[in-house]
Amino acid sequence: MGIARGAPVRLEGSGPVPTGLGRFGEFGGRFVPESLVPALEQLEEAFRVAWASTEFRDELAHLLTNYAGRPTPVTECRRLSERLGVRVLLKREDLTHTGSHKINNVLGQALLTQRMGKHRLIAETGAGQHGVATATAAALFGLDCTVFMGAVDVERQALNVWRMRLLGAEVVPVESGSATLKDAINDALRDWVGTVEDTHYCIGSVVGPHPYPWMVREFQRIVGDEAREQCRTILGGHDPDVVVACVGGGSNAIGTFAGFLDTSARLIGIEAAGLGLESGQHGASITRGVPGVLHGARSLFLQSEEGQILEAHSISAGLDYPGVGPEHAALASEGRAEYHSATDDEALGGFQVLSATEGIVPALEPAHAIGWLAREAGHEVPSGSTVLVTLSGRGDKDAAQVAERLGTELG
Amino acid sequence: MRLEAHLRARRDAGAKLLVPYVTGGLGPDWLDVVRAVVDAGADAVEIGIPFSDPVMDGPTIQEASQRALDAGATPATIVAEAAKLDVDAPLAVMTYYNPVHHTGHERFAASLADAGIDGAIVPDLPLDELDGWGDAADAAGIETVLLAAPTTPDDRLARICERSRGFVYGVSLLGVTGERDSLAVNATDMGRRLKAMTDRPSLLGIGISTGPQAVEGAAAADGVIVGSALIKRLLDGDGPEGAGAFIGELRKALDE
Repeated sequence: MGIARGAPVRLEGSGPVPTGLGRFGEFGGRFVPESLVPALEQLEEAFRVAWASTEFRDELAHLLTNYAGRPTPVTECRRLSERLGVRVLLKREDLTHTGSHKINNVLGQALLTQRMGKHRLIAETGAGQHGVATATAAALFGLDCTVFMGAVDVERQALNVWRMRLLGAEVVPVESGSATLKDAINDALRDWVGTVEDTHYCIGSVVGPHPYPWMVREFQRIVGDEAREQCRTILGGHDPDVVVACVGGGSNAIGTFAGFLDTSARLIGIEAAGLGLESGQHGASITRGVPGVLHGARSLFLQSEEGQILEAHSISAGLDYPGVGPEHAALASEGRAEYHSATDDEALGGFQVLSATEGIVPALEPAHAIGWLAREAGHEVPSGSTVLVTLSGRGDKDAAQVAERLGTELG
Repeated sequence: MRLEAHLRARRDAGAKLLVPYVTGGLGPDWLDVVRAVVDAGADAVEIGIPFSDPVMDGPTIQEASQRALDAGATPATIVAEAAKLDVDAPLAVMTYYNPVHHTGHERFAASLADAGIDGAIVPDLPLDELDGWGDAADAAGIETVLLAAPTTPDDRLARICERSRGFVYGVSLLGVTGERDSLAVNATDMGRRLKAMTDRPSLLGIGISTGPQAVEGAAAADGVIVGSALIKRLLDGDGPEGAGAFIGELRKALDE
């Protein structure tokens, strides 16, 4: 059954390196205040050296095995498959330490931070998963940690805020703008402009200036590399017909896609359609965004006619972001990956159906992917297809919010 | 090359340069604020074009930008209004790259030139990413001012000084815009490094709030940029008269 749980993680090979200043097609780049340029050059150099080093890879692989709990399994969903008429396989990132794929990236960045001789980590977080993962790595490595979080998200993710503080991190609620993930990134960047000499900004997705989109993809590609091997074992040497993952900034999706880019599998990213694409209240920046520059990179963003960045909306704080990583923008423009969307209500449906049929409570982010599949099985995804879905995180953090939406009570 | 020519002439005549920052669209009388600071002795004026996500700015300029946006300011309205200014000092816009990118390089450069604006400062467009906008700006006669930071190594500083137009904006500290109690230690270092590197006018900005700080900064470089300290007064209710009085005080301190 694929790679056994607890078997040593192997980190080998390397994916395509972006050109020049981190371009994926016409997207990417390094659009930051001058103060940060030397730090990004230092980070890029440190990452290039580390990623080519057996010692670094061994150290990271050891942490991923013995601390994070990799490899995660691929679970075959028999009851859900029966209900939908397609064969559903789940890549179980919910089973990692801290409960989401975010741990893969932060362990890599924390190791780099140590190598660069910096002693403080800052991070931004929407749903809190990246904040919890960063606070966890900071505790493990003995680093100071500050996490910026939109005040709105502090409210709706109280459990994760509590966890971050328990782990020793300072959580800074951000009141400016829409008080969500976008504004948390702005404040993290502002902090970094002033502290860049001893602080590493641990970006949580494949967004931001070069080398972040490339580096974070490389730290997340373990999801796709493992999944491909596991699927081939389960499927008798074949790849799945369709690979689906939710997309906010897009780190779990790009990590998954990285393992299947050179296969014939259809790659499908699911964005947050919020209250509906026509409502204007959504986070579908590939489907409805236009090229722009924000948070250090050229990509697709939700913008007004005057070029001001619009507020995104999603029931899921992790997808509540008006942009997307530049590599996704490039994959969309090349047509190698397709991007569709699921509404808040469809995500709630996905949350319930996976819980009831398989005993797995997903985070609201991947619940969008499940909800979309439930809608499109037999349509966009033909009956009888084999579908791999990355379950990027577990749903404990969203329990109170979902209970409220469904009109039920906790306890 | 009106911006640089003007600043060079002023510097070569022995003056210390003073460039205030005014948020475009902040209050209905913002054009009068620009006129008042020029009358009070500003050598050039930076006009801020508000952006929704100003990552280089601290709380004061963030708030001013948000107020202007809430009042309906857009890049196009600010530039159109600035065209009405008939002041005896060069003007430069300060904005983030997305509004420039969104408008289109050639179109944005042409709109500035048509409005009689001489320069542009785009803090999130560093040297390495300058090409598209830089070429369009040069072709339209818009002088693009580049920023230099305390973390910038010497070889890169030399390239920044070479490619900058109008003047070189020396960032006086590691941090975002905002008032500070004292001038950062980095400021005088930055000023000296710039003076040793280039003959192009060099100004220090970020965190310069008072007369004594302006004098200290201008002693190391050719002059200073003052933003948050002025904007704070405008947010607190000072109008053009108060703005002019504040810049007049700084002018006096620099001239003494």
